[in-house]
Amino acid sequence: MKEILILSGKGGTGKTSVTGSLAALITDSKVLADCDVDAADLHLLLAPRVAEEHDFVSGVLPEVAGERCVQCGLCAEQCAYDAITMAGGGPLIDPLSCEGCGVCGWFCPEEAITMQDTTCGVWLRSTSKYGPMLHAALHPGEENSGKLVSLVKREARELAEAQGADWLLTDGPPGIGCPVIASLSGADMVLAVTEPSASGLHDLERLLELAAHFKVKTSVCINKWDLNKELSQQIAERCQAQAIPVLARIPFAKVAVESVVQGVPLVEWSPDSPAAQAMGELWAKLSSLVGEEEDGQTNTPPSPFS
Amino acid sequence: MRIAVASGKGGTGKTTVAVSLALAAEKGMLIDCDVEAPNSHLFLGPEITESSSLQVPVPELIEEKCNYCGLCRDICRFNAITVFGETAMIFPEMCHGCGGCFLACPEEALKRGSREIGEVEVGQAGQLSFVQGRLRIGEAMAPPLIKEAQARAKGPLVIFDAPPGTSCPMVTCVRAADFTLLVTEPTPFGHHDLKLAVAVLRQLERPFAVIINKDGLGDERVAHWCIAEGIDILMRIPFSREAAKGCAARQPITEVLPELGPEFSALLANLQGEKS
Repeated sequence: MKEILILSGKGGTGKTSVTGSLAALITDSKVLADCDVDAADLHLLLAPRVAEEHDFVSGVLPEVAGERCVQCGLCAEQCAYDAITMAGGGPLIDPLSCEGCGVCGWFCPEEAITMQDTTCGVWLRSTSKYGPMLHAALHPGEENSGKLVSLVKREARELAEAQGADWLLTDGPPGIGCPVIASLSGADMVLAVTEPSASGLHDLERLLELAAHFKVKTSVCINKWDLNKELSQQIAERCQAQAIPVLARIPFAKVAVESVVQGVPLVEWSPDSPAAQAMGELWAKLSSLVGEEEDGQTNTPPSPFS
Repeated sequence: MRIAVASGKGGTGKTTVAVSLALAAEKGMLIDCDVEAPNSHLFLGPEITESSSLQVPVPELIEEKCNYCGLCRDICRFNAITVFGETAMIFPEMCHGCGGCFLACPEEALKRGSREIGEVEVGQAGQLSFVQGRLRIGEAMAPPLIKEAQARAKGPLVIFDAPPGTSCPMVTCVRAADFTLLVTEPTPFGHHDLKLAVAVLRQLERPFAVIINKDGLGDERVAHWCIAEGIDILMRIPFSREAAKGCAARQPITEVLPELGPEFSALLANLQGEKS
């Protein structure tokens, strides 16, 4: 089983659209995962039917037993996140600032603070016409997105292995921080979807550095490449200098937007369009590139969030 | 007044709006809080005059003082310390900087080392003061860097270019603002992620309104939803291939579509008049 992880650095370059089309193009057995847990959109293209829904329990929150508290203020003093205030008669905890470290409860001389598990979101096991899909939704404003990403990935990998699937196709989060680092663990190939804009290039370079830092193999596809052909050329040259293959150039197309509005992968909505043809070439090159690799352990480190 | 420009979905035009608002102000400050992928400097071309590194305290072991009692491991909820037999190991990348291990160690066998999270850069772009955070590659924790960048806020008008998503980095950014503009696009992706972003702001009880970017590209569902929810749509920026091309070439949208200049000025006056 090989895992392809779709990332971008900059948001809105077309990660989910590319993932949706690849899901439709891969005819071998596969499992799909959406690791953009704070703004998951892949389900809008693949229309999964939810088979199982599980709470994502994480992030411990302090709970104060008012009758035991003597208002000494030690908890507020020791909190590194300024999440506790003593104003207004007793420790008030701001759950959005709290990191769940438990220092307040550990040192409370009256044992008035206990740490409670909280439900930070849900994760879902679904079926779709493209194959089984693992996805999740972090509750708005929650933390621990890295942990939820790790959980979705673990479940997806286990399912893919149990089913003897050939591919695990993972839609990743934007950026280069905590959820992206969690999503990198175990990936055989990162496909970076970029666009020919100053921002696209800037953020692609940061993403390529991150992938190199964690020693994950990377390839690139330039989406909407004809919006600025010069910049597309520049991106290709930068990639070439780093020996990173540019697998496809997908033209800007109104049909791509229409396919999103219709909730259908582009390659099904408009299979003969140049953009859909480019997606087909992308998959042909990507599958042969990843297929060339020897099976075995990747050298990515274990996720720090598992 | 502090205005955050946020979105939920990435790539909807946060930076476009934040930069245009900042340029519409005669004087003010823009703070790029999208520390994972900071882009507003590309459009403003600021001269960076000061750069400082942000460190978080992480434990370092003083081997000869350690008695391997394991209390530091027990208190750490982030699995950043392991102790077995006569070996203690610290994984500084996993440390969240809570300081619990220092407090728990009975032997004073931990000293304060540090890990770099990223940099805060300060500069000037014409009349505009500019600040941005840049997360170190490989660093997972964005919120402390966002807070550090926001701590530089001064003057009557500060605009925050927020990170995408709806989790801790976005929350950290919008909490420090008096008002949040949510930039969306008229597609099902934009709509879906806008609903999540609205849920965050409602939970935080913060005032907000919506700007629809790339108007005309998809359908009217986003606009209908906003109306049904009683959410103000303060501006619609038409989709234009020229604007997309200009954006690609680092041109602020008000240079490509000059008719938007007065609209951003009016929007800013409206926000400042109402809320300050």
